Amino acid sequence: MNGKGMIGDPLTRVDGPLKVMGRATYAAEFEVPGVAYGVMVRSTIPSGTIASIDSTVARRMPGVLLVMTHENAPRLPAKGRAAVKPPAGREMSLLQDAAVRYNGEPIAVVVAATLEQATDAAAHLDIRYRAADAVLDFDQAKKDPKPAKMLRGPAEKKWGDAQSALERADVKVDAVYTTPMEHHNPMEPHGTIAEWKGSELTLYDATQYVSGAKETVAKTLGIPPEKVRVVCPFVGGGFGCKGSAWSHVTLAAMAARKAGRPVKLVLERPQMYGPVGGRPQTEQHIVLGAMRDGRIVALRHEVLSHTSVFEDFTEPSTQPTRALYAWPNGDTVQKLAKMNVGTPTFQRAPGEATGTFAIESAIDELAYELGMDPLELRLRNHADVEPSSGKPWSSKKLRECYEDGARRFGWSRRSARPGSMRDGRWLVGWGVATATYPAHRMEAKAVAIMNADGTFTVRSGTQDLGTGTYTICSQIAAETLGVPVQKVRFELGDTRFPKAPVSGGSMTAASVGPAVRAACLALREKIDAGGKAPLQAEGSAKPPAEDEEKKTHAERSFGALFGEVRVDPELGILRVPRVVATYSVGRILNAKTAASQFQGGIVWGLGMALMEESILDRRTGRIVNANLAEYHVPVNADIGSIEVAWVDENDTGFNDIGARGIGEIGITGVAGMVANAVFHATGKRVRSLPITLDKLL
Amino acid sequence: MRSFEYTSARSVDEALAGIGPDAKFLAGGTNLVDLMKGDVEKPARLVDISALPLTDIAATPAGGVRIGAMVRNSDCASHPLIRERYPLLSQALLAGASPQLRNMASTGGNLMQRTRCYYFYDTAFDRCNKRVPGSGCAALEGYNRIHAILGASNQCVATHPSDMAVALAALDAMVEVLGRSGARRIPATQFHRLPGDTPHLDTNIEPDELIVAVELPPNGFAQRSHYLKVRDRASYAFALVSVAAALEMDGNTVRTARIAMGGVAHKPWRAMEAESALVGRRLDAAAIERAADASVSGARPLHDNAFKVALAKRSVARALEVAGGAA
Repeated sequence: MNGKGMIGDPLTRVDGPLKVMGRATYAAEFEVPGVAYGVMVRSTIPSGTIASIDSTVARRMPGVLLVMTHENAPRLPAKGRAAVKPPAGREMSLLQDAAVRYNGEPIAVVVAATLEQATDAAAHLDIRYRAADAVLDFDQAKKDPKPAKMLRGPAEKKWGDAQSALERADVKVDAVYTTPMEHHNPMEPHGTIAEWKGSELTLYDATQYVSGAKETVAKTLGIPPEKVRVVCPFVGGGFGCKGSAWSHVTLAAMAARKAGRPVKLVLERPQMYGPVGGRPQTEQHIVLGAMRDGRIVALRHEVLSHTSVFEDFTEPSTQPTRALYAWPNGDTVQKLAKMNVGTPTFQRAPGEATGTFAIESAIDELAYELGMDPLELRLRNHADVEPSSGKPWSSKKLRECYEDGARRFGWSRRSARPGSMRDGRWLVGWGVATATYPAHRMEAKAVAIMNADGTFTVRSGTQDLGTGTYTICSQIAAETLGVPVQKVRFELGDTRFPKAPVSGGSMTAASVGPAVRAACLALREKIDAGGKAPLQAEGSAKPPAEDEEKKTHAERSFGALFGEVRVDPELGILRVPRVVATYSVGRILNAKTAASQFQGGIVWGLGMALMEESILDRRTGRIVNANLAEYHVPVNADIGSIEVAWVDENDTGFNDIGARGIGEIGITGVAGMVANAVFHATGKRVRSLPITLDKLL
Repeated sequence: MRSFEYTSARSVDEALAGIGPDAKFLAGGTNLVDLMKGDVEKPARLVDISALPLTDIAATPAGGVRIGAMVRNSDCASHPLIRERYPLLSQALLAGASPQLRNMASTGGNLMQRTRCYYFYDTAFDRCNKRVPGSGCAALEGYNRIHAILGASNQCVATHPSDMAVALAALDAMVEVLGRSGARRIPATQFHRLPGDTPHLDTNIEPDELIVAVELPPNGFAQRSHYLKVRDRASYAFALVSVAAALEMDGNTVRTARIAMGGVAHKPWRAMEAESALVGRRLDAAAIERAADASVSGARPLHDNAFKVALAKRSVARALEVAGGAA
């Protein structure tokens, strides 16, 4: 134990001992008596219909309890679409018809007494298709772009007059940047155990949103939500893919009811590439216009991202450019390219990670065009208000971040000319980029209880993705109640607890934190009024306005990133030995878990910059590298020194704990910073992620 | 994975008696079990050989070293005899996989790894001449960034993934195998095959033969050898290109040279022409350049892997420089 456990202290995570001892029970590890094992079967064509599924052999195999296909699956209300409300209520594959819309779509579930029996039987299904034409090439799909819809803000946003400003500009950068299809790959795969007791359904589900899963499954099955309970005390990483209740969750419930047994359905690693989303491919056209003194007068940002043929999901890469620099004229638009692939989804700073790669690269290109230090160019275009809305920031200390990061990194020692820094064989490059992520919060509720033994229990139906929710909520409760943190037990991950929002959009701390505080304040009042244990009080907190248009302030976090790359010019080998980052994110709730969040986010960013890419076979629509041997994420050897810091800040204009979320800002800007450093090292501008060695040969 | 029978062999004789048409030997299982989970390999029976007493590393009277087939990759890499006499092999082993995999993987099993290709590993692809002979090669016109540039056929363009086998090819190791009809020795360079018209066969061992040992002949390469592995991340990734280079020198003149490459062909690729280009010459930049050029002679890149030709050439040059002490 370190620190007293008050807000901000570097308290070691309270769930750590359980995890290192293997006693943290993840969703698929709950012991449910009589459980049977489900295996999801997926299509092997990208488009068409299932002509037949012959399960004669499979059904007779040992231990097999059920082969559920579109021919015998329970018919659901509205053909299984009752809960569809994109982008959170997904269009699912629930065996309601014979259609196949992408390669890898769920088309059957086999249930058996053991996992091995179910797996073996699944391999014995004889599936015939009637194939239809499919769109599998992004370049083909983009010829017929479709209008997009963003979760926050309009798909097209203009301010000032970008066109005439561009015509006046002294210097222009006009370039196209691309980012590939990626997949989340949390360590813990998706998994669900569905158990019916009469008309009541319990789901142990690996999810970022217990109450979302509850509502989705209840609506889809056509049963009252109060009959469904979702339990998820621990999540082995989500990164966005566990924010939605995908097909397998409902399929597990359907199979369990039909088989008359609890059913456990855990996705295999290759099944994580398609049916549970991923990051869309983007093509981003950026035009910047600037005056000789470095003032950027116009921004144009056109984003095309892919989605499935059956649901629109937009990677909102224009979101950061609407806020990042003080451009007085802007023109930003999003469009979609529809393809026969699984619907993409929120992944690790959706929009912000891809958008900052493009814009931070473009800013660097502009700096070289102007012959100006790229940090100086960013300072000259610092946005004192949000450029697209003119609103003031609730709190922003980005200038301090640049100053602190540059000083710690030693930026002033950089020599500007590309290829001018060497260390023996290695070309050395230094790059800078700005990080940014919007501040979100939603309504959340909590309950605080004083127990007879003098301890306190605080509960909220939120989630801990490994981020530290257990820990920071314990700290907020302890400080608010005025008791040592050891006296507080925080519980989460159960729809029987007061409702909390999805753990996505980096908003858990900023949403649940104030609710915990409110509940504890209410409990204190009762205690101060002479209440005796057991005593409980509820609390809730919500933002003054959830609608962007009604907000009086712009709410967003920022950071400054500096990094060094080394490039072996003959072999193209690229290493990133050093990253220095300083963030402006409001109040830090726990210095230790915060540092882990930032560092982890930067590691995501390095993966995005250097290696992550899902490869679609253009003939079959199958992702060819759908496993962790061929889809590379960083290993320890890829990661050098990552030094993170933050500026002192307390954003009480945003919420009463002064904290904006920090779960995703770490990834933003990193790929741009790396690409900029690579240019500085080699003179090669790589506009297409990931920066693999073949692009540097 | 399909259901299968499992037996554990206590002796080599028992292992050989247990093998049959639908059976496979199971050693560390680091590749076979993955393939079974992916429904690529479907043996009806596994004969577990991991308890066989083939775990010694011993000096041979001739001055070489004999490595038992069940010696784990991690044990082999750290053994004093290997580190002293064959540092190239130790480096190659340590460049492979991860510590956890090396702790499981065996010497014999490493040689028996199947080739690397996306389309081979996923049975959802109909076409793979390796899985379904005669069905065609999906990689040829598919995504083939990781595929072969040398020695491929229009039947198969997969690459062999082993690092160890590249070093063994360079070191002229002999693979000792035992079958019901007796023992034989296969040169490491001949152990793996090029795909030709029979890409379903990765090796020249018979299905009922068992690898019992690998023997390394004495040589004078210990002072001047280098294993270079170039890949998509710093560790735990297969080679895009790897090079095992070893030199014996008379002063500044090359007496003997060995160059083998990984990640470029269906088998570890000995670059004999490049070796000849070095022998009897001073190891200067011009000689290295000539050898590097020769190492990729006959290369036929595919749509997505043209970069491998330049990368292989430059990697050979780099490995020779490092082995020769110039870098």
